[in-house]
Amino acid sequence: MDLKRLLKRVKPGRGAVIGLPYLWLMVFFLIPFLIVLKISFAAQDVAIPPFTHLVSYGDDGTLNIALNLANFQFILTDALYADTYLSSLRVAFVTTLCCLLIGYPIAYAIARARPEIRNGLLLAVMLPFWTSFLLRVYAWMGLLNQNGLINQFLMATGIVHEPLQLFHNDFSLYLVMVYAYLPFMILPLYSHLVKMDLRLLEAANDLGARPLRAFWKITLPLSKNGIIAGAMMVFIPAVGEFVIPELVGGSDTLMIGKVLWNEFFDNNNWPMASAVATFMVLLLIVPIALFHRFETRQLEGEKHV
Amino acid sequence: MYNDGRLSWFLKGVLALGYLFLYVPILSLIVYSFNASKLVTVWGGFSTRWYGSLFQNDQIISAVLLSVKIALASACAAVVLGTVAGFVLARFKRFRGSTLFAGMMTAPMVMPEVITGLSMLLLFISMQQFFGAPSERGFFTIWIGHTTLCMAYVAVVVRSRLMEIDQSLEDAAMDLGARPVKIFFKITLPLVSQAIASGFLLSVTLSLDDLVTTAFLSGPGSTTLPQVIFSKVRLGLNPEINALATITVLVVGTIVIVANYLMMNAQRKRDKAIAAAMRGDDADQQNGVGNAKAAVSLA
Amino acid sequence: MMEAAVKPAPAATTSERPYLQIAGLVKKFGDNFAVDHVDLTIRQHEIFALLGSSGCGKSTLLRMLAGMERPTSGKVILDGQDITMLAPYDRPINMMFQSYALFPHMSVEENIAFGLVEDKLPKGEINARVMEMLDLVQLRKYAKRKPYQLSGGQQQRVALARSLAKRPKLLLLDEPLGALDKKLRQQTQLELVNTLEKVGVTCIMVTHDQEEAMTMATRIGIMSDGHLLQVGSPSEIYEYPNCRFTAEFIGETNLFPGQVVVDEPDRVEIESAQLGSRILIDHGITGPKGMEVWTSIRPEDVRLDRRPPANSHNAAQGKVEDIAYLGSFSIYHIKLASGKVVKSTVPSSRWYEAGEEPPTWGDPVFVSWRSDLPVVLTR
Repeated sequence: MDLKRLLKRVKPGRGAVIGLPYLWLMVFFLIPFLIVLKISFAAQDVAIPPFTHLVSYGDDGTLNIALNLANFQFILTDALYADTYLSSLRVAFVTTLCCLLIGYPIAYAIARARPEIRNGLLLAVMLPFWTSFLLRVYAWMGLLNQNGLINQFLMATGIVHEPLQLFHNDFSLYLVMVYAYLPFMILPLYSHLVKMDLRLLEAANDLGARPLRAFWKITLPLSKNGIIAGAMMVFIPAVGEFVIPELVGGSDTLMIGKVLWNEFFDNNNWPMASAVATFMVLLLIVPIALFHRFETRQLEGEKHV
Repeated sequence: MYNDGRLSWFLKGVLALGYLFLYVPILSLIVYSFNASKLVTVWGGFSTRWYGSLFQNDQIISAVLLSVKIALASACAAVVLGTVAGFVLARFKRFRGSTLFAGMMTAPMVMPEVITGLSMLLLFISMQQFFGAPSERGFFTIWIGHTTLCMAYVAVVVRSRLMEIDQSLEDAAMDLGARPVKIFFKITLPLVSQAIASGFLLSVTLSLDDLVTTAFLSGPGSTTLPQVIFSKVRLGLNPEINALATITVLVVGTIVIVANYLMMNAQRKRDKAIAAAMRGDDADQQNGVGNAKAAVSLA
Repeated sequence: MMEAAVKPAPAATTSERPYLQIAGLVKKFGDNFAVDHVDLTIRQHEIFALLGSSGCGKSTLLRMLAGMERPTSGKVILDGQDITMLAPYDRPINMMFQSYALFPHMSVEENIAFGLVEDKLPKGEINARVMEMLDLVQLRKYAKRKPYQLSGGQQQRVALARSLAKRPKLLLLDEPLGALDKKLRQQTQLELVNTLEKVGVTCIMVTHDQEEAMTMATRIGIMSDGHLLQVGSPSEIYEYPNCRFTAEFIGETNLFPGQVVVDEPDRVEIESAQLGSRILIDHGITGPKGMEVWTSIRPEDVRLDRRPPANSHNAAQGKVEDIAYLGSFSIYHIKLASGKVVKSTVPSSRWYEAGEEPPTWGDPVFVSWRSDLPVVLTR
C-alpha cells in the first residue's frame, strides 16, 4: 500500500549513494582478486600478456579449460617457499611485538601528559608518518652503512675498533621495520588510552591496588582493542613488505613481498606471482577479519573489555 | 593523582628516547644534505650544491610534477568517494551486502601493497583484452589505484566523525522541512568538513609516497617521484636524495603544523566562547557546560 | 509532592473537536512491539504529555508522529489530513529535540530561519518571523551567536523558537527540559507553558518526569510496555488510577491484593490477607464475588494512631519500622503482622495538635483509613 510507495520513492537515491563507492570497490578491489586467482591457474607463456588462457575453443568445437596447478604444487612442495612464508610471518610477528613494546609506553606517556601539550606530542609522532616512507627508510641507510654515522660514532668514541656489520642483515631489517611501522601502533593505542576514565585507576588504588598492579588489571585490559587494532595495522602490511627488505635487508632475507616482486618484474612469471599472492591473501584473511572486527567495534564505541 | 598531567621520570625518559628514535634519522638526513662531499656520510664542509643539482635534474623535476598531479587528482576523487562511503557506513546501518562493503572498505588500508598492485594491474590487463581500454598504463591507472587506496582512509576518518555527531541534528533538519540530499549538503557536510580536509591531506601524502602500487600500475612514460627515488637509492646513498628529503620534510612539516595550528586555534576560540557564555548565566552553569561541550564536539 | 503541582487552567480557546487522531498505531522492531495498538485523540490547543519510564515506547510514538519512524500499521490523522505515510519534511509538525539538535555551524538566527528557508518563504517574511520568535523567547540580542556561545537554558529557548518558527499544527517536545538541571528545570517549566499557551500551539510532549508532566500538561497519557494505559487530567490520573501500574507510577501508594466477599450497591467488602481485616469501600464498584482485585490507598490517606481506631474495617495494627523525617511531614513505614509494610504520610503538626509524643522505631501503632478513600483496581 502507501508504505510500499514510500519505500519505492526513497530507494533510488539511497541506492545511488551506496552504489557509487560499492561499485568502485567491487571493480577495483574485489574483482582484481578474482583475476589474480584465475591467473594463478595459468602457465607462463611467451606472449603479451605473458600467460596462457584458461579457456579456449578447440578446432572441433570443444571448449577446453586448462587449469595449471603447477604453481601451487611448486609453492607447496618447494622448501624455499615454505621458508619464505614462515620467515615473512616471523619478521612481521617480531616487528609487531617490538612496535607494541616500544609504542605502548610512548602512547601511554602521551595520553597521560597535560592536555595542552598532548596534541603537540602526538603531532610529533605523526610527523614522520606524514613525510615519505621511502625517505625514512633511506635515512637509515646513511646511519647503518659500513662507514655510516653509527659506526663513525662508535669508532670515534672508541667503543669499537672495527666497524660493526649493521647493514644488510636481520638487525637492520628489524630495526627499520619497527621504525617505519611504529606510528601505526602508537596511534590506535593512544586513541584508546586517552579515552580511558582515569577515575577507574583512582578507584583501583582506593581498593588497594598499587599503581603497577592497577595498570596491569585495569589499563591494559581496557586498551585491548587498541592493542589488537594496532598490532594488525603493523602485522598485515609487514608480512607483504617489499621496500624495507629490498633496501636494508640482507641478500639472504626471505620475504614474500620480495619474492612476489621478483617473480613479476624480474622473471616475468605472472602466474607464479599470482599464485604467491593468492597464498598470501589466504594467510592474511584471518588477521584482516580480526582487524576489521576491532576497527568496527572501536568506531561503534562498543564498550567491550 | 592521575589527571594532573605530570609524567613520571620513567615516562619522560620513554618519550625522550622515543622521539630520539623517530627523529635522529631524519635530522641526519637533513644535516648531510648540506654536505659538500659526494660521499654522503663523510663530512666535507657546508654546501648547498646538491640543492642546485637537484633543481637541474629534469628527471626528478618531471617526476615531482607527475606525482603532484596524481596526488591532487587522486585526493579529490578519494575525498568524494570516501566521504560517500563513510556516510554509508555510518548512517545506513544494514543493507544487502553491507558486511562485504565494510570489509572492502577496511581491507585496502592493511592489505600488502604488492597484492593490491598486482591484482589491479591484472584487472587493467584483462580490461584491455576485453574492452580495449585502458590502452596503456600511466596516469589514469595510477590515479585509479591511488584513489582506491586513499578512499578507504578518507572513509574511516569521515565515518568516525559522523559517529560522533548527534544524529538528531539530521533528524531536526528533516523535521524542519529539508530533504535528504539537502540535509547532506547543508548539515552533514559542513559538520564533517574538518574530517574531509584531513582526509584530503592524508590522501595527498599517501599518494605522493606510494611506491609499490605505482610500480605495478605505471607505464614506460610515467615515472613518479618515489619510483625515481627508489631506483636511485637502490644503488646506494645519493646526496641529491638527501636534499630532496630535506625539502619534503620541510614542506610536509610546515603544512601539517600549520593545518594543526589552525584547527587548534579554532578550538581554543570556541572554548573561550563557551567559558564566556557560562559566566553570563550562573543559574544553569552546570548544564550549560555539558551542552556547550556537546555542541563543540559537534562543530 | 503532588500538592506542589500547579495545574494550568485550560486555555479558553480549547475546542472539543478532535484535532489529532491516532488510531491503532503499531510499531514493531523485529518481534517486539515498541508501540502496541495505541489509540489517542488530542484536541486543538491542548498540551498533552506522554508519561512513562524509559523504553516504554513513548519516544517511538513521538518519532512516528514526527515521521522519523514508519508505523508498522495504524493511522495518524491531523486536522483532517491522513499524515501516516508523509515524510518528516512534508509534515506540518515540528519537534523540539531532547538534545536540542541546534546546528552548531549556524548562528541562532540561522537556526531559527532554517525551516523557513526550506519552505522558500520571501526574505522579508523570514526576517520578520525570526525576529518575532527571538522576541518570544527573549533572545533578540543573542541572534548572531553560535549555539556553543549560549548557556543550556538559552539553547533550550532557541530550540523552542526554531520549532515554533514554521507555525506547526502540532509541536512535539521530546523530554523538553531533560537536559537542564533540577533547579533550572522547575523555573523553566512554567515559562515554557506560558510561551506555548501564548502561541496557542497544540503540543505533545514526552517525559519520564511525572512532576514535569503534571505541571505542564492539560492531559496525561501513561505508557508502559508499548501500551497506553490511561489518559486523563493530572488530577484524574492521580485520584482515579485505573490500574496498578498507574497507581504505583504516579505518586506513592499502598496496594493490597484481595478478594471481593460482599458486593452490594453502596458497599463492597474485600478480604485481604495482607491487611488482616476486611477493606470496606462505600462507593460502588461491581464485580462478581470472589473476584481478585487490588485496593490502592495513598500514604497521605492512611491515618496513624497510637490507640486502636473505632472501626474494625480498614484498620490494622503494626510496628513502626522506619521513619523518614522530611520537615513539614514524615513518612512512616509500618510493618503489619502479615509482614506487609504500609506507608503513611503524617504531617509534623499531627502529634503536636493531639498532644502526643510522635511514635518512634518499634512502637506499636494502628493504621486506618476512611472507607471513601481507597480505589479498587481490577488489573
